[in-house]
Amino acid sequence: MTMVSIVSPISNGYSTGPEKIGSRWRAFARTAFPFLVVGGIWEIVAHLGIFPQRLFPTLEDVAITFVQLTISGILPHHVIETLIRLFCGFALAGTMGILIGIAMGQSRRAEDIFLPLVSIGAPIPGLAYAPLFLLWFGLGNLSTILLVAFVSVFPVIINTWTGGKAVREIWVRSAKAMGSDDRQLFRYVILPGTLPYILTGLRLGLAQAWRILVAVEMLAAVPWGLGWLIFGAREFLNTDVMLAAIVVIGGIGLALEKFVFKRLEDYTVVRWGMMVS
Amino acid sequence: MRPIEIRDVSLIYETPAGNVPGVQSVSFQIAASEFVCIVGPSGCGKSTLLNIIAGFLTPTVGEIRIDGKAVTGQGQDRGVVFQDFAQLFPWRTALGNVAFGLEMQGMEKNRRETIAMEQLGLVKLEKFAQSYPHHLSGGMQQRVAIARALAYNPAVLLMDEPFAALDALTRDDMQRLLADVWRKTRKTVIYVTHNVAEAVYLADRVVVMTPHPGTVKTEVLIRLPRPRDPLSVEFLDYQRQLLQHLGQHAAAG
Ligand SMILES: Nc1ncnc2c1ncn2[C@@H]1O[C@H](COP(=O)(O)OP(=O)(O)OP(=O)(O)O)[C@@H](O)[C@H]1O
Ligand SMILES: [Mg+2]
Repeated sequence: MTMVSIVSPISNGYSTGPEKIGSRWRAFARTAFPFLVVGGIWEIVAHLGIFPQRLFPTLEDVAITFVQLTISGILPHHVIETLIRLFCGFALAGTMGILIGIAMGQSRRAEDIFLPLVSIGAPIPGLAYAPLFLLWFGLGNLSTILLVAFVSVFPVIINTWTGGKAVREIWVRSAKAMGSDDRQLFRYVILPGTLPYILTGLRLGLAQAWRILVAVEMLAAVPWGLGWLIFGAREFLNTDVMLAAIVVIGGIGLALEKFVFKRLEDYTVVRWGMMVS
Repeated sequence: MRPIEIRDVSLIYETPAGNVPGVQSVSFQIAASEFVCIVGPSGCGKSTLLNIIAGFLTPTVGEIRIDGKAVTGQGQDRGVVFQDFAQLFPWRTALGNVAFGLEMQGMEKNRRETIAMEQLGLVKLEKFAQSYPHHLSGGMQQRVAIARALAYNPAVLLMDEPFAALDALTRDDMQRLLADVWRKTRKTVIYVTHNVAEAVYLADRVVVMTPHPGTVKTEVLIRLPRPRDPLSVEFLDYQRQLLQHLGQHAAAG
């Protein structure tokens, strides 16, 4: 949860236009700086030829490969397949996780049933289940999606459950005093009251899903997908392809965070003052 | 507007550390459209009593009757305002909060928002209809809470120290506003406070409770014309009288 925001001293609400643009630039520069340093060192090492060129490509080569793969449509195809799996698995995890988490928060019995299972299941690394899923559901999409769902459901459950406990008694009382029945209470009070935690759970769940998915694509023998692209490139020592794919994976993760979760949060819990952006 | 009867009500809290009495054999009555204040030392059971009347707690002994009918659970015949500003739903605008009760009844959007807007007008907050609670001051939030409790037109308004967490200046404003709202709506009000000046300013009648475990010590009728002048001799006399009942001496002004 982004409970703390790092605000540069001049980017307060009073700064005027040009100052604001200046501070944004500085923020950007500050973010870019470590990447520039690492990139620079990379370039030096690559050009010095300490390692064979094939194993340690220059950034130019990686960039060229990236452009070629993109133009040829190969990279987009991999990305789309991966994203479809991600969303199927994650949608399943999100729905189940929210339902189970809320049930656990509201009902003692549901808590007694699920809590021990969740406590044991959550800390086990997702990849440990992979062979089992592949045996049960076969090589391919089904086992990949189910494994993604299974692994990412835990953080959603745990956070939603915690959030259910944090729903204030006074909201529930007010709502009941104003005549809400159980269904209305759930929809208009419990759900929005739990939302900050649900979002945190989804965000953590998505990160889990993303990690396990790329790993499992290497095992599940799916014909397309970023994980497979990386794994397949090993055969021909195509390190430039691997690196290009890794950059794309990082980029997609960042984009999901910035454009999906950040927006969703800003539109809901931040606007409501339930969470500081 | 209906009369309320509190008949020999006791409540015992069961805690891991043993049984704690909340209130003990409380009986009194409230006439329709009457404004009754309950005062008593901290921990005597004022909130407990109010929560019983609201239907959040079931008394161990005794019963509450509203208009002759025994209270079981919450109901839209009673509106509740708590001390805590956090009672508003942060995910709804002021208007959305006020319209909540009507929405639960299934009233159609335009109508409920018109009514909610009128209620916001009553507490002078029309301009902030679209604001979320976290952008409102404590006093404004409490005003929204009052409007919200009035919006679905309950016969009885139950208030638990609604202004206790406000600064003195804002509190004075709020008391004036509430007296005004009450004059216009003529709800039956049960208002818990431990501020005797507030009780004398607002109430037709003040019910004084004993220290924990609380029961009714005495009742004081406030026979003063409204709007009341907190600096008048009679006002200060009532205040002194209440303080004496509470076992404190008339040092406070
Ligand atoms: N949930 C609870 N569980 C156990 N005991 C409680 C609970 N709530 C209140 N009590 C006890 O019941 C008594 C009355 O509490 P109550 O909150 O009604 O007092 P009050 O008059 O409203 O006090 P204050 O003026 O401080 O708000 C207190 O002695 C308190 O310890
Ligand atoms: Mg209290």
